[in-house]
Amino acid sequence: METYGLHQYPGRLFVVEGVDGSGKSTQIALLRQWLISEGYAVFFSEWNSSPLVKKTTSRGKKKQLLTPTTFSLIHATDFADRTERDIIPPLKAGAIVLADRYIYTAYARDVARGVDRQWVRELYQFAVKPTLAFYYRVPLEVSLSRILTGRTELKYYEAGMDLGLSSDPHESFRLFQQRIVSEYESMIDEFDLTVMNAILPIPEQQRRMRKLVEPYLQGVRRLRTPAPQAEKVSSTGELS
Amino acid sequence: MTKLAFYGIDAIKVRASDEVLPGRLIVIEGTDGVGRTTQLNLLRPWLESLGYAVIDTELTRSYLAGVGLKQAKAGHTLGPITLNLFYATDFADRFESQILPALRAGFIVLTDRYIYSLMARALVRGADAHWLRSIYGLALQPDITFYLNISLQDLVPRVLQRGGFEYWESGMDMRLGPDLYDCFMRYQTLLLNEFKHMVQPYNFQVIDASLAADQIIEQLKQQIMPLLPHG
Repeated sequence: METYGLHQYPGRLFVVEGVDGSGKSTQIALLRQWLISEGYAVFFSEWNSSPLVKKTTSRGKKKQLLTPTTFSLIHATDFADRTERDIIPPLKAGAIVLADRYIYTAYARDVARGVDRQWVRELYQFAVKPTLAFYYRVPLEVSLSRILTGRTELKYYEAGMDLGLSSDPHESFRLFQQRIVSEYESMIDEFDLTVMNAILPIPEQQRRMRKLVEPYLQGVRRLRTPAPQAEKVSSTGELS
Repeated sequence: MTKLAFYGIDAIKVRASDEVLPGRLIVIEGTDGVGRTTQLNLLRPWLESLGYAVIDTELTRSYLAGVGLKQAKAGHTLGPITLNLFYATDFADRFESQILPALRAGFIVLTDRYIYSLMARALVRGADAHWLRSIYGLALQPDITFYLNISLQDLVPRVLQRGGFEYWESGMDMRLGPDLYDCFMRYQTLLLNEFKHMVQPYNFQVIDASLAADQIIEQLKQQIMPLLPHG
């Protein structure tokens, strides 16, 4: 088993991190479209999406069976399945893998839940170190209003109700998110996260993201040459 | 009293809530088909006849992950890291919701396998040893761990008598050979070797599993007796 930082694959792994409402999913979706249009083979993998594990996680959530430890372990199991199926094989094959949330989500949430910081870091030692990990930083008030506007109900674990911080779900969510943000902030240096300003206009954020990704695309094989570049060069190789 | 001693980080933070665990934690370990269940079925009524309350637990019996784990094992996409973490989830759920509450309440907890089988299986599948020790470091050190030791030659007839070679017990996911028998032999050789290396660091009480069941149970009783709470 290869451990964090020791995997050597021809592919590239870009991940986005941040609290709910930071706009990271929007950004990675736009990045994906761009990479596809550029002719790259792109794999997309989402947090908490393993077909083998999903049922157990939702059972645990629905019946409120999860403790901080089992919450942490079942998410690690889900992530392991994705790593073994959706992340490592495409990376070995030279693809670009995009992940919406990665191990840093687990570190932030689990530690916010009271799981031992060192223990949860060890738990994810099997994870591949990303080429770049973007952290979408947003003021708490902004992310809270993005999430809570138009929503009356928050789920039990989503709101961090299991922590017993407050009996009011909205207040509990705010306190829980606050803890998560402070965990993210403390991970910036530890894991070399690339901090993105998530209150800029969406196209501007995307422009910056692409600029940061671009240098890492050198040497990655494409399915085909992208259309715009093909136009610039005639079949004889002369500029048109 | 089960001591509050852990193999690694007390990740569940038992020490924060408990000073003493009045129960006893007794583990029976050993490879597939070695006769663990037979012994546990003899121990329980014996302990109960002495007046002790007993609970037993075994792999895949967690309320949280038991069903999901069995379903995952029935498919054909389960990788070794996922397999191990699914078992770790199952273990942690049983540890927190079955084993710890029973120890707090003064029960004798009999467990059919513990973290050692999980580590041995993961090790033969290439898992990092340090990684495994960290994860399973949350487990309490048992009051006693019996290891039912058997040679591969003695194991084979038992497994045949019990119904033959099974997919996971033969490590078929590792593709070590062309058929169940070859896989079983190679896989069990690797497993037994991992167990052998655990005897000393994890303080296993080694029991010769080739003896008759009634001889084995006498040995177990003898060693359990002095550990039992009085009164």
